[in-house]
Amino acid sequence: MYVEAVDSGVRTGTVPLKGDVKGLSSPLPPYLAFKEVWRNKGRFLLVSMVIALITTLVLFIDGLAEGLGAGNIEYLQKLDAELVLFQEDVDLSASVSQISRSRLNEIKRVEGVEDAGLIGFSSASVLWGDDEEPLDISLIGVEADKPGEPIAYEGRGLRGKRGDEAIIGRNVALRTGLGVGDQLTMKSIQGTDEELYTLEIVGISDGQQYFIRPSVFVPYLTWEKVKPKGFVEDNDDTDLILNIGAVKLEDPEDLEVMAERLENQVTRIEAVDRQTAYEATPGYSAQQSTLNTIRIFTLLIGVLVIGGFFQIQTLQKVAQIGMLKAIGASTSTIALAFVLQIIYITLLGVGMGAAGTLALSLSFPVSVPIFFTPESVLVAVVSLMVIGPLGGLVSLLYLLRIEPLTALGLAA
Amino acid sequence: MSAVLEAKSVIKTYEVESTTINAVDDVSLEICPGEFVALVGPSGSGKTTMLAMLAGLLEPTAGSIVIGGRELGDMSEAQRTKFRREKVGFTFQSNNLVPYLSVQENVELMLKLNQRFNRESQKQARDLLERLGLGERLKNLPSQLSGGQQQRVAIARALVHNPNIVLADEPTASLDTERAFQVVETFADLIHARNLAGIMVTHDLRMCQYVDKIVQMRDGKIARIINDTTQISQFANTHMLN
Repeated sequence: MYVEAVDSGVRTGTVPLKGDVKGLSSPLPPYLAFKEVWRNKGRFLLVSMVIALITTLVLFIDGLAEGLGAGNIEYLQKLDAELVLFQEDVDLSASVSQISRSRLNEIKRVEGVEDAGLIGFSSASVLWGDDEEPLDISLIGVEADKPGEPIAYEGRGLRGKRGDEAIIGRNVALRTGLGVGDQLTMKSIQGTDEELYTLEIVGISDGQQYFIRPSVFVPYLTWEKVKPKGFVEDNDDTDLILNIGAVKLEDPEDLEVMAERLENQVTRIEAVDRQTAYEATPGYSAQQSTLNTIRIFTLLIGVLVIGGFFQIQTLQKVAQIGMLKAIGASTSTIALAFVLQIIYITLLGVGMGAAGTLALSLSFPVSVPIFFTPESVLVAVVSLMVIGPLGGLVSLLYLLRIEPLTALGLAA
Repeated sequence: MSAVLEAKSVIKTYEVESTTINAVDDVSLEICPGEFVALVGPSGSGKTTMLAMLAGLLEPTAGSIVIGGRELGDMSEAQRTKFRREKVGFTFQSNNLVPYLSVQENVELMLKLNQRFNRESQKQARDLLERLGLGERLKNLPSQLSGGQQQRVAIARALVHNPNIVLADEPTASLDTERAFQVVETFADLIHARNLAGIMVTHDLRMCQYVDKIVQMRDGKIARIINDTTQISQFANTHMLN
């Protein structure tokens, strides 16, 4: 290997470089930081392992928060609408709220509304495989081509309002192995009898869980027919009751004005933005804040563990640091070496933890509600990267104050 | 020959519980290039405090210290750090070396601090270590060396960047007699060969046989200066018998 030697002294030109003169012109702080870590591999690896485990824990908590949250509200979260309409005075409860089909025109007529659709929620179970337990699903009634119908990434969207067809969420497809063109057999209670319904799967959407169940989307009249009922009634299209409304606005930024306008012009409804709607889903906020607390405490433990390690380390190095300062190492050189050292082992720890988490999560079945989104992983990794330097802060301040006089055993 | 180090009427006082203690009391000293000086005296005589001030680690309460034509009192903290890095070589009683750097790396550290690390200076460092009998130990870590070997590595580090003055704090404290003599003799040889000014603080008066001047301190003051060769030998020999 040939390296151009660059230094302030003599220009030696191109010289053959042997392995033992690595870092010939490398800056001092990274050199010192690396040497110390390298010659104390065991000790530093131990801390990296702790960071790796904390990383794994934080990422799993994150994944769980996402996964559980998604199970609860994924459908509302991904809804292609700016505003969600509920019946007035039901505390934004989607299952309690009732909006009759006849109100839809009233809603659409409000100025600034681009399009609107009503959505009905219920539940049913899908029969699949010979010996398998039926899969409980959220049965969601939507209007073809209106807000509320999810995009089918495979196959096509729904057509008409009473067709025997369905779009299944990704999770239904993954768990049952059913695909576009297959027959979907659903079971629901009608009065006192179990009824079976056979629909054709026309499309598959992305993950669209709701109420902790994967979803099956059907045209709203089909929904009315299939959904479980306490008693069998004569279906009457004129006053079909659905649960909530999804409204797409001409100007998506105009949320507050439009919410107010809708509430004024359409009687007995409450209009909220999508986030307010899904955060009002029972249990969602409580669950997320619990997981957040766990996450914050885990990070805090990380800060303390790293802080403790480096403080002990620094206390053991007082004489050595005094000596370095005495022979003329500047405080900034020593401080920078220290910070770099923390960054090295934090990077290593977070790297190992993230890789481990990835490997572990690949081995999980689909039914485990752990879910990684790029944003949440990024936030977690960045906050984990911060805990190292944060933990070392106290030691750093201590380090700066060590006097070179300690080298002569004289420091006050 | 003009002095490389001049200390004039240096005083260092400490306030302890409203009483003033004169750790160093009106000490004046001159050292020329090629001169190796022993600073001796009982514990608390102020010799280490004096050494700290000569190194720019401690500011005198009064008086002036000029090294290589520069007044230490006029320097800022950063300038003093730079001064120590460039003009001073150090060996300490203990914790001399960076534990995670090899023998060779410890010596090269001084060159790197001064941004003078290159192929040529690296070879000089290696030659110096070989001359100190550490040629086989270049890759060893300090923990794998004996106390005498560690002191010799420290000596190499103190000399490798060609400083003006070399300060040694109790270089023989942890060594047995034979090794102690070896270390100080080598040190003296190198100081003379390189025409440096060397100051050694020591308890061990037998070591004075290698120096050119003995400065004996008591209660912060200079009690006696011996610079006659015959007297120096006598002084060292007297203590040899004890």
